[in-house]
Amino acid sequence: MSVLLFTIIVLLGAFLAGLLGSLTGLGGGVIIIPLLTLALGVDIHYAIGASIVSVIATSSGSAAAYVKEGITNIRIGMFLEIATTIGAICGAIVAVYLNANYIAILFGCILIFSAIMTLKKKVDHTISENTDKWARFFKLNGSYPDKGISQPYAVKNVPGGFLMMLFAGTLSGLLGIGSGALKVIAMDNIMRLPFKVSTTTSNFMMGVTAAASAVVYLHRGQIDPGIAMPVCIGVLTGATVGSKVLVKGKTDKLKIVFAIVVAFLALQMIYKGISGL
Amino acid sequence: MDTGKKENLNDKDIQLILGTLLRAGVIISMSIVLIGGAIFLIHNKGAITNYKVFTPELSKFSSITGIFRGVASFQGDAIVQFGILMLIFTPIARIVFAIFSFLIERDYLYVLIGFIILAIITISLNGGIAH
Repeated sequence: MSVLLFTIIVLLGAFLAGLLGSLTGLGGGVIIIPLLTLALGVDIHYAIGASIVSVIATSSGSAAAYVKEGITNIRIGMFLEIATTIGAICGAIVAVYLNANYIAILFGCILIFSAIMTLKKKVDHTISENTDKWARFFKLNGSYPDKGISQPYAVKNVPGGFLMMLFAGTLSGLLGIGSGALKVIAMDNIMRLPFKVSTTTSNFMMGVTAAASAVVYLHRGQIDPGIAMPVCIGVLTGATVGSKVLVKGKTDKLKIVFAIVVAFLALQMIYKGISGL
Repeated sequence: MDTGKKENLNDKDIQLILGTLLRAGVIISMSIVLIGGAIFLIHNKGAITNYKVFTPELSKFSSITGIFRGVASFQGDAIVQFGILMLIFTPIARIVFAIFSFLIERDYLYVLIGFIILAIITISLNGGIAH
């Protein structure tokens, strides 16, 4: 395939991945990797390197908007970034020694898990009694603006959340994805943050986490400009368009259709990985 | 920043500057990627791609010095890689800015946390070169 044709195909695919990733909340990375590996036969190491670059672009772009609105809890974000960056680097180092087939199988499993997570109904676990001594020590409790009113919230089980973030960071470094689904579990279910805060803070952390693994990938030659260029331009454009057309309530059906497509892609990746062993 | 005579920077100001920093970083680095991409395509549009096998030893721009050398000789793919490098440094610059703002707020615990994150990333940078 010529460079020009390859660039155009990847650009279109990445645009679609960014668009769907932002509409469904899955993120562009988990979609562009199967696209590159299954449809274009790109080695998963290159696909991961390109994807991590697009994760930095989209998360920094949207974090900019959220941070300005004052919803993001910067202290929680920075505190947990210690865990995610350590995890990310460990994951990225392991990834270069890991056989592409094992990565593909693991990726498929995480993809299915993420698809299920987007379909699950969210239950708000927010609490207001400020009892956790770690949360007090690290000044993690806060408030966020909701329809003009400041809503206070308290954080629970900080060590549990930290451990989960270590795991989320490792997967992010290993697979080149934002692993937003795991980050939200750590913050929603374990630390009991309100959705708005957990989603935006997870997004805020993604940039630093991805940068930590990207540094390792760059030095290992996993970031190839020929792939990374169309991927990051396409995903960023798609995600930007997606965030503009995002209409609440109408995305439910789309989510189900999309989850099925993603599950199909995931199974194919697992199959391909197993048959290549 | 010079208006904070009585009161220091508050959280709201910090969030505003942080947001602007992130957005500027993304816009600048993506513009560089676009320019580099255009140059790369003009020179290489007919070349044949081969990404089927992972060959890290063939990668020309896997170090910062390598990228700068390529940019100096105006190679499109090096300029793309330079843009990517800028993009990677955007969230890192955000940490540096956060350290300063927590320093102004006198929240030394978070200054320390910021330095810990920077240290982790620096270690990975050196680790990456050593391999």
